[in-house]
Amino acid sequence: MKFDKPAGQNPIDQLKVVGKPTDRVEGPLKTTGTAKYAYEYNEEVKNPAYGYILGAAIARGTITRIDQTAANAAPGVLSIVTAANAGPLQTGKFYVSRFLAGPQVDHYHQAVAIVVAETFEQARSAAALLKVEYKKQSGSYDLEASKDSAGPPSPGPYTPPAETRTGDFEGAFETAQVKLDQSYSTPDQAHAMMEPHATIAKWDGDKLTCWCTIQQLNWGVRDLAFILGIPKENVRLISAYIGGGFGGKGTVLSDLVAASLASRAVGRPVKLTLQRPLMFNNTIHRPKTIQRIRIGAKSDGTITAIGHESWSGNLPGGMTESTIASTRLLYAGANRLTKLRLAVLHLVEGSAMRAPGEASGMMALEIAMDEMAEKLQMDPVGFRIKNDTQEDPEKPGRMFSTRKLVECLQTGADKFGWEKRNAKPGAIKEGDWLIGMGVASAMRGAPIVKSAARVRLDNSGKITVETDMTDLGTGTYTIIAQTAAEMMGVGIDQVKVKLGDSSFPESSGSGGQLGAASSTSGVYAACMKLREAVANKLDFDAEKAQFSDGRIILGDKSAALSEAAKDGELVVEDEMTYGELSKQFAQDTFGAHFVEVGVNAFTFEIRVRRMLAVCHAGRILNPKAARSQVIGAMTMGVGAALMEEMVVDKRVGFFVNHDLAGYEVPVHADIPHQEVILLEDIDPTMSPMKAKGIGELGIVGVAAAVANAVYNATGIRVRDYPVTLDKLLRAV
Amino acid sequence: MKSFTYERVTTPAEAAAAVAAKPGAKFLAGGTNLLDLMKLQIETPVHLIDIGRIGLDKIEKTANGGVRIGALVRNTDLAADPHIRKDYGILSRALLAGASGQLRNKATTAGNLLQRTRCPYFYDTNQQCNKRVPGSGCAAIAGFSKQLAVIGSSDACIATYPGDMAVAMTALDAVVETINPAGKTRQIPISQFYRLPGKTPHLETNLEKNELITAVVLPAPVGGTHIYHKVRDRASYAFALVSVAAILFKDGSGRIAVGGVAPKPWRVPGAESLLPSGAKAFTAKLMEGARPTKDNEYKLSLVERTIALVLKEGKN
Ligand SMILES: Cc1cc2nc3c(=O)[nH]c(=O)nc-3n(C[C@H](O)[C@H](O)[C@H](O)COP(=O)(O)OP(=O)(O)OC[C@H]3O[C@@H](n4cnc5c(N)ncnc54)[C@H](O)[C@@H]3O)c2cc1C
Ligand code: SF4
Repeated sequence: MKFDKPAGQNPIDQLKVVGKPTDRVEGPLKTTGTAKYAYEYNEEVKNPAYGYILGAAIARGTITRIDQTAANAAPGVLSIVTAANAGPLQTGKFYVSRFLAGPQVDHYHQAVAIVVAETFEQARSAAALLKVEYKKQSGSYDLEASKDSAGPPSPGPYTPPAETRTGDFEGAFETAQVKLDQSYSTPDQAHAMMEPHATIAKWDGDKLTCWCTIQQLNWGVRDLAFILGIPKENVRLISAYIGGGFGGKGTVLSDLVAASLASRAVGRPVKLTLQRPLMFNNTIHRPKTIQRIRIGAKSDGTITAIGHESWSGNLPGGMTESTIASTRLLYAGANRLTKLRLAVLHLVEGSAMRAPGEASGMMALEIAMDEMAEKLQMDPVGFRIKNDTQEDPEKPGRMFSTRKLVECLQTGADKFGWEKRNAKPGAIKEGDWLIGMGVASAMRGAPIVKSAARVRLDNSGKITVETDMTDLGTGTYTIIAQTAAEMMGVGIDQVKVKLGDSSFPESSGSGGQLGAASSTSGVYAACMKLREAVANKLDFDAEKAQFSDGRIILGDKSAALSEAAKDGELVVEDEMTYGELSKQFAQDTFGAHFVEVGVNAFTFEIRVRRMLAVCHAGRILNPKAARSQVIGAMTMGVGAALMEEMVVDKRVGFFVNHDLAGYEVPVHADIPHQEVILLEDIDPTMSPMKAKGIGELGIVGVAAAVANAVYNATGIRVRDYPVTLDKLLRAV
Repeated sequence: MKSFTYERVTTPAEAAAAVAAKPGAKFLAGGTNLLDLMKLQIETPVHLIDIGRIGLDKIEKTANGGVRIGALVRNTDLAADPHIRKDYGILSRALLAGASGQLRNKATTAGNLLQRTRCPYFYDTNQQCNKRVPGSGCAAIAGFSKQLAVIGSSDACIATYPGDMAVAMTALDAVVETINPAGKTRQIPISQFYRLPGKTPHLETNLEKNELITAVVLPAPVGGTHIYHKVRDRASYAFALVSVAAILFKDGSGRIAVGGVAPKPWRVPGAESLLPSGAKAFTAKLMEGARPTKDNEYKLSLVERTIALVLKEGKN
């Protein structure tokens, strides 16, 4: 099915199941520990061996010798895989990392060897017996120091143009009545998901099956086949449940490659999980950025010039952190400039993490907006509202499909009690605590991509959906079940959803907050076809028939769905593809974040007291799941604001705090009451579902709202995240 | 983790004898620190002696009005003990400010005293660390040291003692009781229990080889207002950037021990006569000779500010 005209009325609009706050269909499996994660396929994989990765001890150089004598002789050791015996390996099509070092070492903790043994403990202990000798080479690990060497990133599917210009930015900025020119930085961040990267690999002849934990199975098949040099048809990936990903499990990382090589080496299935201390320097992360923002305005607050320049670093060939993405679209202003620069750094690869680009870009832009509002002596909410735009500021005439940023800000201000904020920083004190409020806008693109599904109707009237879509804990199983139930006129308990198997039809996968809208649209397409098949089978006019209460109905005539499958299961497959609507309209999601913090006047400990998010993100398929996504994202935003930072040791070239004790993420005590308001939105330009994603929108702007609240509480402006108490102390 | 053998003993004397019988053996109490370090091969005992069933799990009153806390009393039970809560409030509060509920359920009094530093370079066996491998150098001094010590440190090591419980015990003038394999017992005042790193940062306490901690004795209650203030970026489940254990009296006198700043809980009894003059004067004396790094010099003002806060709270 091709979607190329705005959607009209369709079966989803009945909203009998879709749009209702619905519990997770797989909830009972998770709460009883019976949902199987990658490492847990014990019945399917008997007698596995265990793999353990030894990470490189240096950041850059060459391996000159590996003495395996002691490790080979250690109890239980079956094989040791290194570059010497692994066979040729390519790099995947998305990440640039090489998953096995040798002779070159490209980054710290890059896999040097995979020790395979009878037990996990034996493999781990033998890994420590490997004696690896290196010849070190100097590298670049410091973005500040490499900033001037950074060049424009080469164009790529995930990289916006290195420079965009509208009007005359420099001229307009120069002559603006009120100006801001400031620099900000965001640190390297880890996804720090609960479930580590893990794989069980099993070869049957030349066919490879991997139980793994990745978000994008079609990419996974493509990449693993390419890396190993085998046909795609020979690879099957299963990723039925994922214990958190946040972009950190996009496609194949070292665990999949290492487990596959190890299994091939020992002729047995191999289980392999990344030990936590390896995850920070071995996989991918959100890279550090330095950003310069210039805003010029008339004294009435009208923005006349807005410029955003940004520097990040990566391994050669790696992606740029596209911080400027929101700046291109969020606020009006006739004269605009964005610029991206990319330096070579020899740290582990930087790549996608929840709202890549937008999250770190808005951490800077939305502090800049707060600073600008103060210069203009305007309320920060009012200043943002004044500069709203309903058309793409770079392409006048291209309208936003739907955009209620102003309502988000107004509703939020109203509900949060924004009028109680004192514009003068440091003015409100409760006991020993300085109290402040902060606001930020939120914006995140609403991409939608091709996605396919297969649906089956059996002779008991039950519907089964199969697609290689994944559920990272986001609620995908549930919204897909809701979609199929709505389409086929059955209860959600009559729908079984099977995800996460690459032998199923190819879906969008999960990433870039496109999964919900895309995968349900694919299911919509398949269900449309199934409705037709049922109607044909039972002699109904498919166009006019209603599907309700497990029956197909037209006028007085009606039949149970199960009738249509009484001679055998009905099975259909379809995909949703897209025309040009996303070019015609700017399709984005919007929001506003309001935060109140307390800062201890003595110790400068910062504690968030209240949070509110107002979101405008298309049709909300399941308000309960959507709310969960948003509060989770707000929590992650608090982490970004107040604690998350992988610290680079610029001498050695690695992230020092590489475990969950050193890399702090928020705990329950950090998170107060969180409120989420989902504004009504139906976007017919997206798909027949009229939905957009929301999982990434929720994090965008949060950190800046927190930082702005800290400023309002203390009068201290911290422009280098995270905003920690030592930085406040240094400022007094 | 290196493979190791394991045995269970049933009395303190047996435990001390067993550890002496096998070179490279170690006691296993709650295991919450030791096992983590073994997995990373920072600790590599060849033999573990599980002391979980040797008794020593009671909190008893002593003849002179104090209290004896068995070495195996769990942190959760110690924090919840009514007598401790009433008469030794800082101890209870310090415990509850540490780790998490699950960890405190396993962690023991002796194990807590002996928990090792959280210096990130200590945790990475690829990095130089004099504490882990004597003589190998210290990666932290010129590296990332935001968390590390500002006082009592040396050119060989700037790690902190990371715990909370011992900070309160230092303010309470606790005494550590031990037994050695020969059956000889000792009483070590907590102020003499920990060593400063000097040139030998791998030696962290004055325990002798194979000496078993049997109890911690607290002297009779001294009254006063008990405050434990732990400062950290994250609200819970994080080690202290700075922590202050204070016992404050109405006349302005008091005792203060500080955590997160030194290789041991930091207390300078000679400075305490300055408490009535306020936080600034007291802290100046307490932190005399401090040698912070660029990363952690903020701790000096943080100590003073936290003490100021605690003194203010003490007055209310
Ligand atoms: C995630 C995490 C967070 C934490 N946060 C905090 C915190 O915020 N504040 C804090 O104070 N602590 C914290 N801790 C540390 C925790 O308090 C210690 O791990 C715990 O107290 C150790 O007690 P244990 O009984 O488990 O010791 P074990 O791990 O069993 O032993 C520790 C050491 O003591 C030795 N030992 C044990 N008993 C005896 C004895 N009777 N005689 C002689 N030697 C003995 C062992 O041989 C070993 O060397 C945290 C720990 C973790 C894992
Ligand atoms: S500070 Fe001490 S523990 Fe840390 S690396 Fe240096 S010697 Fe090791």
